Amino acid sequence: MIARPPAKSRAILRRFAPLLLLPLGACNWVVMAPSGDVAMQQRDLILIATVLMLLIVLPVMATIAWFAWKYRAKAQAADYDPDWDHSTSLELLIWSAPLLIIIALGAVTWTSTHLLDPYRPIERLDAQRKVDPAARRLQVEVVALDWKWLFIYPELGIATVNELAAPVDQPIEFKITSASIMNSFFVPALAGQIYAMPGMQTSLHAVANKPGNFDGFSANYSGAGFSNMRFKFHAMDQSGFAQWVARVKASGKALDRATYVKLEQPSEKVKPTYFASVEPRLFHAALNMCVQPGKRCMDAIMMTDSQGGAGKESARNTAGLRHDGTIDVGGYHPVEPGKKGEIAQPAGMTPAAERTPAERGKQAPGQQDHEGHDGH
Amino acid sequence: MSPHPASENSGIWKLIFGRLDWSSLPLHEPIVVGTFLMVALGGAVVLGLVTKYRLWGTLWHDWFTTVDHKRIGIMYMILGLIMFLRGFADAIMMRLQQAMAFNGSEGYLNAHHYDQIFTAHGVIMIFFVAMPMITGIMNYIVPLQIGARDVSFPFLNNFSFWMTTAGAVIVMMSLFVGEFARTGWLAYPPLSGIAYSPGVGVDYYIWGLQIAGIGTLLSGVNLIATIVKMRAPGMTMMKLPIFTWTSLCANILIVAAFPVLTAVLALLSLDRYVGTAFFTNDMGGNPMMYVNLIWIWGHPEVYILILPLFGVFSEVTSTFSSKRLFGYSSMVYATIVIALLSYLVWLHHFFTMGSGASVNSFFGITTMVISIPTGAKLFNWLFTMYRGRIRYELPMMWTVAFMLTFTVGGMTGVLLAVPPADFVLHNSLFLIAHFHNVIIGGVLFGLFAAINYWWPKAFGFRLETTWGKRSFWLWVVGFWVAFMPLYVLGLMGVTRRMRVFDDPSLQIWFQIAALGAVMIAAGIACMFIQFAVSIKNRDQLRDTTGDPWDGRTLEWATSSPPPDYNFAFTPVIHDGDAWADMKKRGYQRPLTGYAAIHMPSNTGTGIIIAGLSVAFSVGMIWYMWWLAGLSFIAILAVAIGHTFNYKRDFTIPKDVVERIESERSTLLAAKG
Repeated sequence: MIARPPAKSRAILRRFAPLLLLPLGACNWVVMAPSGDVAMQQRDLILIATVLMLLIVLPVMATIAWFAWKYRAKAQAADYDPDWDHSTSLELLIWSAPLLIIIALGAVTWTSTHLLDPYRPIERLDAQRKVDPAARRLQVEVVALDWKWLFIYPELGIATVNELAAPVDQPIEFKITSASIMNSFFVPALAGQIYAMPGMQTSLHAVANKPGNFDGFSANYSGAGFSNMRFKFHAMDQSGFAQWVARVKASGKALDRATYVKLEQPSEKVKPTYFASVEPRLFHAALNMCVQPGKRCMDAIMMTDSQGGAGKESARNTAGLRHDGTIDVGGYHPVEPGKKGEIAQPAGMTPAAERTPAERGKQAPGQQDHEGHDGH
Repeated sequence: MSPHPASENSGIWKLIFGRLDWSSLPLHEPIVVGTFLMVALGGAVVLGLVTKYRLWGTLWHDWFTTVDHKRIGIMYMILGLIMFLRGFADAIMMRLQQAMAFNGSEGYLNAHHYDQIFTAHGVIMIFFVAMPMITGIMNYIVPLQIGARDVSFPFLNNFSFWMTTAGAVIVMMSLFVGEFARTGWLAYPPLSGIAYSPGVGVDYYIWGLQIAGIGTLLSGVNLIATIVKMRAPGMTMMKLPIFTWTSLCANILIVAAFPVLTAVLALLSLDRYVGTAFFTNDMGGNPMMYVNLIWIWGHPEVYILILPLFGVFSEVTSTFSSKRLFGYSSMVYATIVIALLSYLVWLHHFFTMGSGASVNSFFGITTMVISIPTGAKLFNWLFTMYRGRIRYELPMMWTVAFMLTFTVGGMTGVLLAVPPADFVLHNSLFLIAHFHNVIIGGVLFGLFAAINYWWPKAFGFRLETTWGKRSFWLWVVGFWVAFMPLYVLGLMGVTRRMRVFDDPSLQIWFQIAALGAVMIAAGIACMFIQFAVSIKNRDQLRDTTGDPWDGRTLEWATSSPPPDYNFAFTPVIHDGDAWADMKKRGYQRPLTGYAAIHMPSNTGTGIIIAGLSVAFSVGMIWYMWWLAGLSFIAILAVAIGHTFNYKRDFTIPKDVVERIESERSTLLAAKG
């Protein structure tokens, strides 16, 4: 329980928190009133740090105003002393007072950064309840696509686009990557954000404490469709979640590689979509940039490289290593000239861009089948 | 602005014009066409007036080719003010878009246009407003404060200015020919890579910054050499005026940081032009490397911006409190500590990239540590006011506004340095509010204090105060009205760079912010009216003493504006507040014994090379390889040719010095 602020500052917090929360009222200041324990601790940290800093900032601002008034020229202050420019005791004070605050804040920072590290499995459901060590974490694999979110539930064998659901009070482990551009996965009510980066995996551990529908979105600009790269996060009780899973399974659609390749082409304002089944290890392939036919998986290449490489002939055979450019976002131009305000079809959806997947299909002779590599 | 213009060009056209064709002109964007007509009309009027009043000769001989640090300083300020209008136009367009785009409305800007606007706003405000204005102030004041006749390398100074201007020209060109980057102001790959940004926008960005960066770097070298080598006799480092100290630290940061920017943009160019894979997703590239490198430049850049203004506030507080600066040595060490620490904090710009907890805590804590010397500075200004007699002239008003505003911005900055707090505030409008709080409250307020403070030195008359005070109040109140809502929105989980919103309850906050932006616009208008009214009434506002504020440093020892040679006699320094000390000891201005003064000659090489650099960049941006090649050869030829120019200096004869100085004697006598 080191995550809790020290008892004293907690007392201060309790006294001041209502004051700080005063303007919130019925407003939706989600960062200040989140519904998940991780975000709640992050909120507390904001309040603790603010109170700590106000200890020095408020007196300083008051003194600025006081001196600015008291020593105005008109007042002709009697203690005018044009050559007074040094005082060792004052110098000690002005260096040590901020230092003390920063030592306190630094200690809080060190502990809280470790305890709220997004990679660290959570140890408590909320301030009162610990996580049952035997309980399973809900696994969710997240892929940021242009410009929508794909959520894969590997254990349940389902996937959704732009809709995320989880039962309350069950720890969730997100594994996050991106298909092309860097995004940031952020559900403010649940927990802090973490970047979603192509070819890389980040993680986030969190838990929802209250049922409800919350906003999730990309917090890192990723191109034309960024503003609408939003989804709803539904926190529901266990039975509600079971029903939701059943609903997804009833949709009947399957997410295989071909569907994924179509899905990853740019599109905007995508309605929530359900997939009743997911091709196994699709996330692994997305992460290693080898979903498309003919692509070699990064982890396989790294393994080959670590074993001394694949010989001279492989140096010229780079088609399987190309990933950028296979998703046609560059030509994306949402508004046709002259049609102001009207959203045209994204380039990835137009026939002109469809030649790209066709070209992609042409496989260089002698190139290894991606499936074979994926098996590593 | 077709996605792949090159594909539409063929044969000879492509050879000559590269990927430039008719679709590159944004004729379908009525806002851009309207802007172009306004700019063209305004430009034609200016050119017409210059021709009518036969000013071309004066402009060329006295300004464009000048190597006088004072004239170059003024040109930097003009460049900064012009670009400020452009940057602010972008800002107000964003505020309007965000105030409108609710309830299914797309606002009035499509993504293609809006994404360019926020990118251009950031790039222009940092590189072509803040940097030129700061360089301009340093250029003008530093040599005067250390009793020098010019900077160490006067030609380099002219060249630096024109390279900065060339960068600004390239960025402005993108408004009317082609497009600007749609990547955000730091152009993170993979978005800025050729695969995801195939157009000319990112290339405009790269070449605009590379060309301007040469100017910034060389100007940094120049000012360091000037401060280290050209101080008046007796001026030891610990007697250096505090503004010069902060300028020295800022320029050391420039010289250490800008090459990193140049290198990282060069690597990005290689990715874009020749297909390397430094920052691509595939082929083993690593975009995270770019993010690290650009912030290793980017964080020191923040201190490059603020440190000289800390110096300005120190000078202003001391002068208008009629009192020595409290804790001079503590100020100097605080500046040095800030400069060093600024290299140890870059990772706090991307805690959310997923570095481990120990790495994040380290960078969080180093960031907080910077607040200690910064806090010490604030206390030093506070105790400079203590036991003083504060005259509330405009520079001092800006300084008090800065102290109150910047404290809040500093506090939210430390808050963002706590990594878990940053996880919920990063990339939000809270972050936007924070850095505008320190950049407007610190850098801009400081520049306005500096302009009001040193204007009489540069032009020989004061700025009038009625419009100045109107501008002040509109700016200060407008700032709080514009940015407090953004703090609130950040806490409501609203992220930056959004074009449309679906939660109607947010709209009121954006409307308040837009109102604040309108107030700031009125403040800017008042500032320009203040300039105009002051120029019109310059005879009433005239200062003949050269020392209108009862100043304390050497720049106030000479006339306003100073003669070309600054000081007829090099002053000898016995105290930190050199001029206050001279006045106290009953300094008598020497009236005889003048000697001829050796000065550097003007040269057109700077503007010519800068012009060729624009041509080179246009060639590179539009793939007109012949143009890029020819201009590059021409740049080398002109640079080599310049080394054979032996008419580099001249002497101001003794009788001219005598005449100028006796004119000043007459003025001073009439006054006394």
